[in-house]
Parts: sequence; structure tokens; C-alpha cells
Amino acid sequence: MKIEVLGTGCAKCKTLYDNTKKALEESGKTAEIVKIEDIPSIMKYGVMSTPALVIDGQVKFSGKVASSGEIAKLLP
Amino acid sequence: MLKSAADYLVFDLFKLVPGTRAGEALDFFIYDTVKIFLLLATIIYVVAVIRSWFPPEKTKRILSHNREYVGNIMAALLGIVTPFCSCSAVPLFIGFVESGVPLGVTFSFLISSPMVNEVALIMLWGMFGWKIALIYIGSGLLVAIVAGIVIGRLKMERYVQDYVWEMQVGSAEIAEQSWSERFEYARDYTLDLLKKIWIYVVVGVGIGAFIHGYVPQDFLVRWAGRDNPFAVPIAVALGVPLYSNAAGVIPIVQALTAKGMAIGTVLAFMMAVTALSLPEAVILSKVLKKPLLATFFGIVATAIMIVGYLFNAIL
Repeated sequence: MKIEVLGTGCAKCKTLYDNTKKALEESGKTAEIVKIEDIPSIMKYGVMSTPALVIDGQVKFSGKVASSGEIAKLLP
Repeated sequence: MLKSAADYLVFDLFKLVPGTRAGEALDFFIYDTVKIFLLLATIIYVVAVIRSWFPPEKTKRILSHNREYVGNIMAALLGIVTPFCSCSAVPLFIGFVESGVPLGVTFSFLISSPMVNEVALIMLWGMFGWKIALIYIGSGLLVAIVAGIVIGRLKMERYVQDYVWEMQVGSAEIAEQSWSERFEYARDYTLDLLKKIWIYVVVGVGIGAFIHGYVPQDFLVRWAGRDNPFAVPIAVALGVPLYSNAAGVIPIVQALTAKGMAIGTVLAFMMAVTALSLPEAVILSKVLKKPLLATFFGIVATAIMIVGYLFNAIL
């Protein structure tokens, strides 16, 4: 599983990254988490409000900071 | 009811004498902070629920079918309900122009979205009454529409950074949210925003209360009254660095109005605080070349000053 956290480097994006890490730890699943900060890669997903979460190439949500509990529910 | 609760607290429990400066200032402070927080919590929550239907990806699709005039009006209106944070201004701008939203229409959105925001409206409603809040919405939308049309007419597409036009933009399929997700989003959003602005509200109302109690009446008539033609441009210039502190600025401004600041000047100042900000200019410089950025600021500042003079003349 590959998880991408999209964001231009704002504080909210960092929180989402941390929450995602926590969600993985809590659910005992393993995945590669990457932070995507460059605009062209973010635009490739068609995301217009950051932060956004992408799991295995699919945009799960954009423009909000989800809690680790919410993220855990999205993990396959 | 709120007023009598504040009166009871200050004059009966704290034993301050009505009519004294300290008594009136504290009464004003308690009444205003409680009122503002109730308004903020309720309205931000309701607006956040409505917003969950208008993610920017959907707004973009609606606007890409619209041209001049209708497009500008739609963009200004959608600016109210589409969540916007200046940290997403770059992906938003690229997403808009790449999907065929005209440049002028994009600007109508970029101007209206931060300016006609719920925090500024609630503060204006709470401190000045609904009439001023409505005038603010109306003139804010008009500024966004007219400025967007003017920028569109100037045909400045070549002053958008070149890489923007070459960007590959995908189309995200974002799942429709359920009701419980919308309420959850609204709750988190409201708490988040309140956490961020409460201190400004308290400090702003505190300073306002001090001004109400201690600054002499008519103190500002000479400086910021309607007869001083420089008051409007100075207010606009002062508004630029005060970005995002609408919550704290409005109570202070309201107190200044009571001391003689003219209402058109107040409106111009508020619009400058919300619509013209240096951090946003820095962020937008990633997608706009200098001439377009300067034109954008110049046109919006001019439109805001016209609003200021207009309301100083008729109100």
C-alpha cells in the first residue's frame, strides 16, 4: 500500500502527515507514506485544496485534516 | 437577555457602579464577547455544513462553463460558499485556469472568497448590526465582480507564470460525503477556527471596551470623519498588513466609529484587511508575474476606496 499526503508545506499538511502515521501504527498496518509537496504532482491528482490524502493512487479526501481514527477507516 | 445577564454580573456580583468608566467598560466587554462567541459558533457551523456541498473541484466545474458577466457573478457568489485558505491559493488558481475558467472570472472568485467570509460578516453583524453586514456583503460582491471583469478585459493572460499553462491537471473523483461526515467536518472546522481566532476576539473587544470607556467622544471626527478626504486611502493602507485578524479588528473599529470614524471608511478598512494581504500576494506571485499581481492589487484597492467614498457620501 502506498499513501501520499499532498500539501504545499503548510502546518495543516504536517498535521495530516502525523495523523496518517498514527493511523498506521494504531491499526498495525504497514504502508509507505510519502509527502508530496511540489505543485505539478499535486495538480496531477486534480486536487485544489490542500491537504489531501491519496491511497494507492486514489484521492480519498481534500481540504481537511482528518483525525487518525478517520484515516484508519479509509485504509484497505 | 444577554445584556441583563452581563449587567447582573458586573453591577450586582462585581459591585461596580453603573455609569462609571470601569463599570461600563467591563459590562460592554462581557456582553460583547459572549454575544460574539455565540454568533461565531452557530454561524461558522452552519456555513461549514453548507460548504461541504461546494468543494473547489465542484466550483471549478460550474465556473468552467461560464463566460464574462454571468461567470463573474457566479464566481463572486461561489466565493462565499467555497472553502478557501490562502495556503491553497496556488493549486486553486492552477485548477481554475487549466480547466478553462477565464482569468477575469478566476479573479472574481479570488477576491470574493477571502473578503466575503463568515467571520467578518458575523463580527460586523454583531458589532454594527445586520444593515452594515448586508452592505458589506453587497459591496464586497460588487468589488469582486467589477474588478474581475476589468482584469478580464485587460487580457493579461501572458502575465500568468508560463509553467501554469503547461501543467497537467488530473480530475479527482472525490466521493460524495454522508450527512454524518458533513456534520463531523463542520464541527472540526468550527472548533479549529474558534481556537485560532478566540484570542483576537477577546483582545479586540477588550481594546474596544477600553476605547468606549476612556477615549473622549468625537476624538476621531477630525482625523477619520467623513470630511477628511485622506481617511479612506489611509484606512486601506493600514488594512493591508492586518491580514486575517478581522475578528480582532472589527471590535476596535466599532469603538472608533463611536468616536467619530465615518462608516464608509470603516467598510473600506475592513475590505482591505480581508481582501488585500501581503502573505497572499507572496503566495500568488508563484503563479502571477509582477505586472498582473500589481494590477490585481491596484484594481481591488481602487474599487475598495470607491466603496469607502461612496458610503461616506450617502450614509
